[in-house]
Amino acid sequence: MLSKIVRTVANQLILFILIFGLYVIAHGHITPGGGFQGGAIIVSGVIMLLVAFSSKELKKSLRERVLSIMESTGALIFAALAFAGIGTVFFYNFLVGTPIFGRIPVPGPGPGDIWTGGVIPLMNFAVGLKVIAGLSAVVLAIALFSSGEEVEE
Amino acid sequence: MDTLITHSSILIIAIPLVTAFLIPLVGMTSKKARNALVIVSLAFVAFLVFALAKDIAINGIHIYTLGATSPDLTTPTGFMAPVRIILEVDGMSILMGIIWSIVSLAAAIFSFSHIASETGQNRFYTLLLLMVTGGFGMMFTGDLFNLFVFLEIASISGAALIAFRTKFADTQEGGFKYIVVSAIASLMVLFAIGLLYAQYNSLNIGALAQVIQYTTPDKIALALLLIAFTMKAGMVPLHLWFPDAYSVAPASITGMLVITSHACMYAAFRVCFTLYGGMLGTSVVGWILIIFGLLSMFVGVTMAVFQKDVMRFMSYHAISQLGYMWVGVGVGLAVLGNPALLATYGRDAISGGIFHILNHAMYKPLLFFTGGALFYCTGTRDLTKMGGLAHKMKWTTILYIIGTLSISGIPPLNGFSSKILIYESVYQFHPILTITGIIVSILTLASFTKAFHSAFMGAELPEYKEVKEVPRSMIIAMVILAAGIIFITLFPALIVNWIINPAADALINQGAYINAVTGATP
Amino acid sequence: MEYIPLNFPFLAAALLVGVSFYIIIFKKNLIKLIMGIAMLAAGVNLFLVSLGYRAGGTAPIYTDVPEGPMVLSVPQALTLTSIVINVAVLALMLTMVIHIYRHTGSLDSEKSRKMKG
Repeated sequence: MLSKIVRTVANQLILFILIFGLYVIAHGHITPGGGFQGGAIIVSGVIMLLVAFSSKELKKSLRERVLSIMESTGALIFAALAFAGIGTVFFYNFLVGTPIFGRIPVPGPGPGDIWTGGVIPLMNFAVGLKVIAGLSAVVLAIALFSSGEEVEE
Repeated sequence: MDTLITHSSILIIAIPLVTAFLIPLVGMTSKKARNALVIVSLAFVAFLVFALAKDIAINGIHIYTLGATSPDLTTPTGFMAPVRIILEVDGMSILMGIIWSIVSLAAAIFSFSHIASETGQNRFYTLLLLMVTGGFGMMFTGDLFNLFVFLEIASISGAALIAFRTKFADTQEGGFKYIVVSAIASLMVLFAIGLLYAQYNSLNIGALAQVIQYTTPDKIALALLLIAFTMKAGMVPLHLWFPDAYSVAPASITGMLVITSHACMYAAFRVCFTLYGGMLGTSVVGWILIIFGLLSMFVGVTMAVFQKDVMRFMSYHAISQLGYMWVGVGVGLAVLGNPALLATYGRDAISGGIFHILNHAMYKPLLFFTGGALFYCTGTRDLTKMGGLAHKMKWTTILYIIGTLSISGIPPLNGFSSKILIYESVYQFHPILTITGIIVSILTLASFTKAFHSAFMGAELPEYKEVKEVPRSMIIAMVILAAGIIFITLFPALIVNWIINPAADALINQGAYINAVTGATP
Repeated sequence: MEYIPLNFPFLAAALLVGVSFYIIIFKKNLIKLIMGIAMLAAGVNLFLVSLGYRAGGTAPIYTDVPEGPMVLSVPQALTLTSIVINVAVLALMLTMVIHIYRHTGSLDSEKSRKMKG
């Protein structure tokens, strides 16, 4: 565990990291970024907490069971969205033309429209959820390993 | 039913994937429900594979375009080449699919008692189903990049499964070697994909095969792909990791790893036959496969003779048996450019090699499972420490005998029918191939008899007084594979006509594969 | 950026791949081996990204770009997938190395039985 200054700053900073990560996930379909990138940004925040607090401390709030459920949920949402298109074809983008993310972007230069992309933004969120949970679990497990604690990996 | 078959190829890949992520949720509530879920999903996948096989036998190559407005719309209007992810299942792919569905089902059943004493079983089944996904993906994809992705999925989950029993040091070593080899192999594949994409702006195998020129970068790409796939399949100069990794995995996983080796072999064949096809200086590549195949046969069996560890012993035999397939298909590849020779013996050589894949995929997992059963009962893999187990483990003994007779090519078992097909056809290409094959076969029989003697025969040893027959689920798993062996033994002509020959034709007939994607009339 | 010769990234990629193969084959330390594989991945990724590079091109986003050439998007997607996969591979390798270190007390591939790069 590091000094009180570091812990306080880390506590404040994690909010901004979370917001930035969510921004990258949410705009994944119109700007560079997406589920994995945003998730990785958020996990970098988790690593910061891991450095500032000890891994044992963090283990209390990030429980393995919760992470496992989150990871499975993310993957299942992704698969469910893919399966939802199976009326026509697997992975078919059935949201195109509907009010939810359904606008068709105008070709050529212009401001990016966030209500486009159909199922892709939703999939980005699912992937983001999975990446956050999965990578956090990996980072936490390795940290607990190196601090000499037995974890069931 | 028709809708189900239309979507079957993607369902076969997606159902294990979804089940894999359902398992942690279901496994929290009940162990039995989780096991039932694994069995139900794998059985449903097996059913779909057989339904798809029947459809392919009637209607030809099955195409599935992900995300399009219709499954067979490979090339959207306004595009010159296929742009979407395309699954393409032909006779060869579906043969591999049939093998994989049977073996993965048997492996899952075998795991129920084999892994029962370990912690973290939910993860075990998640990884197992991910590996099933990766394997099916490799076999069914019509796209080089997805081949890479699914290869990685299969390798990562496979390595994690090898290292699953963390309490042993050797499992960690084996898993580490496996993941290092896989990482290097798959990065080589990725590099080759980059080389091909740079020239032809396409990733689809069919579309690439149509335009490939066989320039120098293409040759480099071919070399990289072949080295990568033969390394992962355990061909001889690059086989050193193979026994280390395969012998330490849980036995059910070793059985599945054998099939991932076959999947890499399938990928190598797909690259040689379908991607490069007639363009290639086929006789050169064919000879390379034959020579290293012969080396594999010989080195594998001679190394196996000296092994004391039952799983290592069987792993070296796996290398040796893989050599037969390389030789068989290599002969076919060497005469691919010559229609007359191809008709005389080339097609039979390919059929023999492919038939041997099917047979090997039945008896080698069976033998690995019996090895796992021995380990389960005695707690050791050392053959010299075992003895007299036939008195206690009657089922295992009988199943081991079936596997042994089959691997040594004793007539009338299935190993014989494929080996005779290989011997007869490659004899016309070069007699020395057949002679080596027969010698290796005899050595195989000798070493398996020796292992049988030291493990099962003799007086009951005092330290194994308490040993009982293995639990029922392990026997069921082994009986499934033994039933496969007996079925092929009884109806070899049926199997060859309905499954093997279409698969061989699918490899030879490059044009049909291309036309199925590009939509041109054949 | 036009003054950089276009094959410069390819040379860098080749250098990375060469050095990483040297590390993978000749270094005995397992952590160095993992670093070698990470470098190999970096080399291949650099190769893929530079394949898609077009001089003066913009980011491959469908809307909101100025007129002009676009960088190829497919190699970028490939690279991204490859990076994601490599994260998983490296995490798995590191976990295994930790286990190996616990069992053998050493990171030397010579000391643990007969490990080969």
